[in-house]
Amino acid sequence: MVAMSGGVDSSVTAALCVDAGHEVVGVTLKLWGGHADRGCCSVADVDDARRVADQLGIDHHVFNYAAEFERHVVQPYLDAHREARTPNPCIECNRHIKFSLLHERAIALGFDAVATGHHARIVRRGDGVRRVARGVDPAKDQSYVLYMLDEVVLATTLLPVGAMTKHDVRRIAAERGLRTAAKADSQDVCFIAGRPGTAREVFLGERIALRPAAVLDAAGREVGAVDALELVTVGQRKGLGLAGGADPRYVLDVDPRRAVITVGERDALAAPTVVLEQWAPSTRPVQGGVLAQCSAHGDAHPGRLVGTTLYWDRPQRRVAPGQSVVFYDPAAPDEVLGGAIAGRAVPSPGEGAQPTGS
Amino acid sequence: MSAPAPIYLDHAATTPMRAVARRAMLPWLSGVHGNPSGAHHQARAARRALDDARDQLAALLGCGPGDLVFTAGGTEADNLAVSGVAAVRAGRPVVCSAVEHHAVLEPVLHLGGVVAPVERSGQVDVAWLERELPADAALVSVMAANNEVGVCNDLPAVVEAVQRRTAGRAVVHTDAVAAFPWIDVREQVADVGLLSISAHKFGGPQGVGLLMVRPGIELRALLLGGGQERGRRSGTQNVAGIVAMAAAAQELAEHRPVAPGAGAAQRDRFVRMVRDGLDGVHETVPSGAPRVAGTAHLCFEGVVSEELLFLLDRAGVCASAASSCASGAIQLSHVLAAMGVSPALGAGAVRFTLGWTTTDEELDRAADAVVAAVHRLRRARPCG
Repeated sequence: MVAMSGGVDSSVTAALCVDAGHEVVGVTLKLWGGHADRGCCSVADVDDARRVADQLGIDHHVFNYAAEFERHVVQPYLDAHREARTPNPCIECNRHIKFSLLHERAIALGFDAVATGHHARIVRRGDGVRRVARGVDPAKDQSYVLYMLDEVVLATTLLPVGAMTKHDVRRIAAERGLRTAAKADSQDVCFIAGRPGTAREVFLGERIALRPAAVLDAAGREVGAVDALELVTVGQRKGLGLAGGADPRYVLDVDPRRAVITVGERDALAAPTVVLEQWAPSTRPVQGGVLAQCSAHGDAHPGRLVGTTLYWDRPQRRVAPGQSVVFYDPAAPDEVLGGAIAGRAVPSPGEGAQPTGS
Repeated sequence: MSAPAPIYLDHAATTPMRAVARRAMLPWLSGVHGNPSGAHHQARAARRALDDARDQLAALLGCGPGDLVFTAGGTEADNLAVSGVAAVRAGRPVVCSAVEHHAVLEPVLHLGGVVAPVERSGQVDVAWLERELPADAALVSVMAANNEVGVCNDLPAVVEAVQRRTAGRAVVHTDAVAAFPWIDVREQVADVGLLSISAHKFGGPQGVGLLMVRPGIELRALLLGGGQERGRRSGTQNVAGIVAMAAAAQELAEHRPVAPGAGAAQRDRFVRMVRDGLDGVHETVPSGAPRVAGTAHLCFEGVVSEELLFLLDRAGVCASAASSCASGAIQLSHVLAAMGVSPALGAGAVRFTLGWTTTDEELDRAADAVVAAVHRLRRARPCG
């Protein structure tokens, strides 16, 4: 079974699976959107997937996971913003929908494997253990969003385009005359459609209460104000209503309970540790030395995992609560060991060392 | 391994064309044929064919030929009924039952109308009509038979309740698209003001339907133009489609029972075979409620209909779950929700609809395929 989004990567994935001699069925997930034809899962995207399947001579089906997507991806996304965390909905979709519900369904329906168009590889080590590894195209690598895949899922997953560059993917699509060959890459958050810059604000504003917050410096002096605390992320520099002229200041902490945002200079943004929760995959606990990556296309930096805390070898820019931290193997830096989600790494000023909940 | 012959059990979605319908339309798809609104002899020939079809269909519906408005299908007929009547009775509410086809439900909601509840059987709640229906309602739309679960309404009782409650000021429309292939509706609809049917549900071509409008009911056209169909639906008539619809209806009428629910032996045997092979299979419409003879709507415990339909499709059996949305994805239907079917049970709902070509042998094989597929899914998902 090939999960076909209607994009070029999954189109070529389907083509490669057909070429490899597999008996292939294409499936498009309906995750979001009622009658509106915009954003992800639009009728146009389903049309593209179906027409590519027609070109390849394979069956195409649409599976509806809209209720599950709402429960496992959209609601947690809203909850996270309410709590001033910075969620990654693609990771939750992979965790709960694509590599969970869809994967289980494929196996139940008698398929041997599920293929997706992610730019990542699955490597098999000498001891037989499978790991997710970085895709060949560094600019498109998606291993970060697949860290939660466990051995059982990896054994029945295919990621064929991870072995090639995006350029090659588009070339193959063009050579075969697939209608998605020149289609633009998908946007970051598939269920938020609209004008870049304001779409997220509009989406959240329609669904959760956005609250104003004071912006304080490290000494507790009020230096600015924002209209919506829920839209502010740790590390952010702009849109804080700060007076110009001074050195740039960054968000160090967002405290939803006190409606306070704390800012500081660049040096203050660095933190020695990250406190982690929701480790995955649960089948493979990771401890000791790792290379840790804190955003989809960020750099990986060395550190040590001790208990639930990541100790950086050298302090790093602090990680927004809710972001995933993915661990790569220092001995094989392309290979994923696992990952977890950042909690509140450093207590808010004035809050003491009180541990924060989930 | 050769693929088994496909088994088509989705006749309520669309059913094969009857040979008489295909033969009737062929002359209008080749050579010179005129526009029925024209004056020369070719145009007059087309007009004659159209008038013959109109006479034939009027007789089959128990109305006058001038009461028929040909449309491009059931959806247009439903929209014309709801919006056309609402437009000339501005300010008064339109009402429909909660299980209407979207072609009725959407225009009613668009006009800010009222949705009437249904019973557990899917039949409109007649007591609600008697007590709660807005007394100034302009139009009340209640389907003759439901397209998903097949349950039939008691239309004379509906009309009586509506007319009593509104002192005869409301007009009743019935969407008979799902009923017409199975029931001679003439007696049922004698006091109904407007009625829709669609050709491709009974062996005519897709894209052709009609709205019956009883004399005296005013209607504002949705399509303006040359004033065809007595100004109620402009646009050159689809002569080939309309003559084929009449031919299909004529052949259908020779085989069709009058009583709702009659002639269901084939369907009942299929359901019995499925239930003999499986536990946890429920008929969605409670026994006792009249249903069209072709619909078997079953809820399979511990099964997701998308998965069952996938396996059935691979086995060559075409069935469906509720109505499909534009993308082809399956959603829990508004019909089951209105009937109070639990989401857990509704998630395993599948509609098998028989048609005029269905054979007992096909049903034997389909029942085997259903039993095998459900067993397989329950084995793969022991916890349901």
